[in-house]
Amino acid sequence: MPRPVARVVKGIVLTIVCALVIIPFLGIFATSVAPAGQLAANNGFVLWPEAFSLDAYRSILSGGVVSGALVISVGVTLVGTALSLSATALMAYALARPSTIGRAPVLTLLLLSLLFTPGMIPTYLIVKQIGLLDSLWALILPSMLSAFNVIVMRSFFQGIPGELIDSAKIDGATEWQIFRLISLPLSKAVLAVIGLFYAVQYWNAFFNALLYLNDSSLWPLQMVLRTYVVNGTNLSPADLGPTEILPPQPAIQMAILVVSFLPIVCVYPFLQKYFAKGVLTGAVKG
Amino acid sequence: MSRAAVPVAVRRPHSARERFRQNWPLTLFLIPGTIVLVTFHYLPLAGNVIAFKDYLPFVGIADSPWVGWENFRVLVSGDPAFVNALTNTLVITLVQTILVFPAPIALALLLNSLVSERAKRVVQTVVYLPHFLSWVVVVAIFQQFLGGSGMLNTWLRGNGGDGLQIIGNPDTFIALLTSQVMWKDTGWATILFLAVLSTIPQELYEAGSVDGASRTRQMWHITLPAMRGIIILLLILKLGDSLTVGFEQILLQQAAVGTHASEVLDTHVYNNGVIGGNWGVSAAVGLVKGVVSVVLVLVANRVAHIFGEDGVYRRGS
Repeated sequence: MPRPVARVVKGIVLTIVCALVIIPFLGIFATSVAPAGQLAANNGFVLWPEAFSLDAYRSILSGGVVSGALVISVGVTLVGTALSLSATALMAYALARPSTIGRAPVLTLLLLSLLFTPGMIPTYLIVKQIGLLDSLWALILPSMLSAFNVIVMRSFFQGIPGELIDSAKIDGATEWQIFRLISLPLSKAVLAVIGLFYAVQYWNAFFNALLYLNDSSLWPLQMVLRTYVVNGTNLSPADLGPTEILPPQPAIQMAILVVSFLPIVCVYPFLQKYFAKGVLTGAVKG
Repeated sequence: MSRAAVPVAVRRPHSARERFRQNWPLTLFLIPGTIVLVTFHYLPLAGNVIAFKDYLPFVGIADSPWVGWENFRVLVSGDPAFVNALTNTLVITLVQTILVFPAPIALALLLNSLVSERAKRVVQTVVYLPHFLSWVVVVAIFQQFLGGSGMLNTWLRGNGGDGLQIIGNPDTFIALLTSQVMWKDTGWATILFLAVLSTIPQELYEAGSVDGASRTRQMWHITLPAMRGIIILLLILKLGDSLTVGFEQILLQQAAVGTHASEVLDTHVYNNGVIGGNWGVSAAVGLVKGVVSVVLVLVANRVAHIFGEDGVYRRGS
């Protein structure tokens, strides 16, 4: 195949691949802001809005089930990420330091946990026996620590020169000070990327809520999305905030969908920046 | 010798007590993570004893009566629901290994062959994105585009054609699952292959073309051998996961197609256990599934070692 032809073929293939990803986002956003008339004429789906209306967003964000779920999702994501990142960084740091007492057994427990995963039933029964059913902690504690993330962060901490830590010790720094003032500032990139991974995990979690929460007033956004968009249950005016006119159902559904993925799309460029640096792929094989 | 002349870092702690005195703060660092690991990983792992018990919700795991291997009978008695779930799982795994696994390799090779770094970065940015969406979002997007009143069918009917029932159709369910997995994860899966491709020295290709190797031959003799290790590693991991197929993804779409077409082992454990209350039997199915997966990984890894590959962990010398 002559070179120019090959280049054109490559260009076409890659354009199609990118379009397959981008067009759905455009269509969903367009549907969420399209006017009622255009939606009705197009069977509830448009790729390009004739006019721009934020009524659907206003109606779901001014109170009702979606607003409540949004508050819960944001809260669980913030609290969960803070706890996960703290536990992961502390553990990874102690496992990276050769002098830690108890390092070998904990490391073994951690590595074996990757191989032996407990099943769904015993996990559910333990969470139930601890008394976490119908508690928002059930969305955080069982998935708080990812062994994989600990290992990635550990290999990052291992890259910090031992001389640096020794000299801080000579100067009389405590372990906590060394961790806070030397090791963490040197590890901003890995903290950011692991933190974002945890945040995405908490934001996207759906099954934990289905499994552990019977009380629908505790549902996070993904459960609301499942009920009203995937299962197609219509939202009644009582489920929405106070609005003068009820926006069309497709617009409301697509607005819920946009709210469910918008935070991901917003943090994504920051994640992307770190992939380019190979923060993760470099650490995996260690 | 004065005390100050001895660097603290060089002084090795002599007794266990001194070692402890110097290093106990680091042990505190391990505590939060270890508590979570033990409570939500090892305690449930031990909770698998429920597979040998008749679980009574009001007395808890410890006090429920033992029933021996009773709960495991379903695995060998040809129980239709279990056999159906197992068959579906294996068929879906097979289809997805054949269709989904090679896609990111092809895309990575294509991206790697781009001359423009900028074009490469733009495409990567776009195709990684779906990986970070939840399954609920992905399923909702697919419904919106391929569902009964979705874009495709509206367009087909608008042009005088018949609508296609893609969503909620048992006959197309596996194809739907496969296309969703491809849409979500093909881009992201290229990241490992691209990392490996970037380590191939450019001189190998230059030497190849000096010796008159065509681009196809260079691909066959330089690029693919370099990727062999990572492909084998991922196939081993895939084998270990072969009894686990898209749990959330299937659970979300199960109602529309029925269990015959859609039940897999994980959804069977959920539906039969958590929903149906057959705790012991479901735990037994889950336990056997877990054990088989571990055995598959270890066996595959051993085979990889025999063929001189690293596999998941390096060969002990």
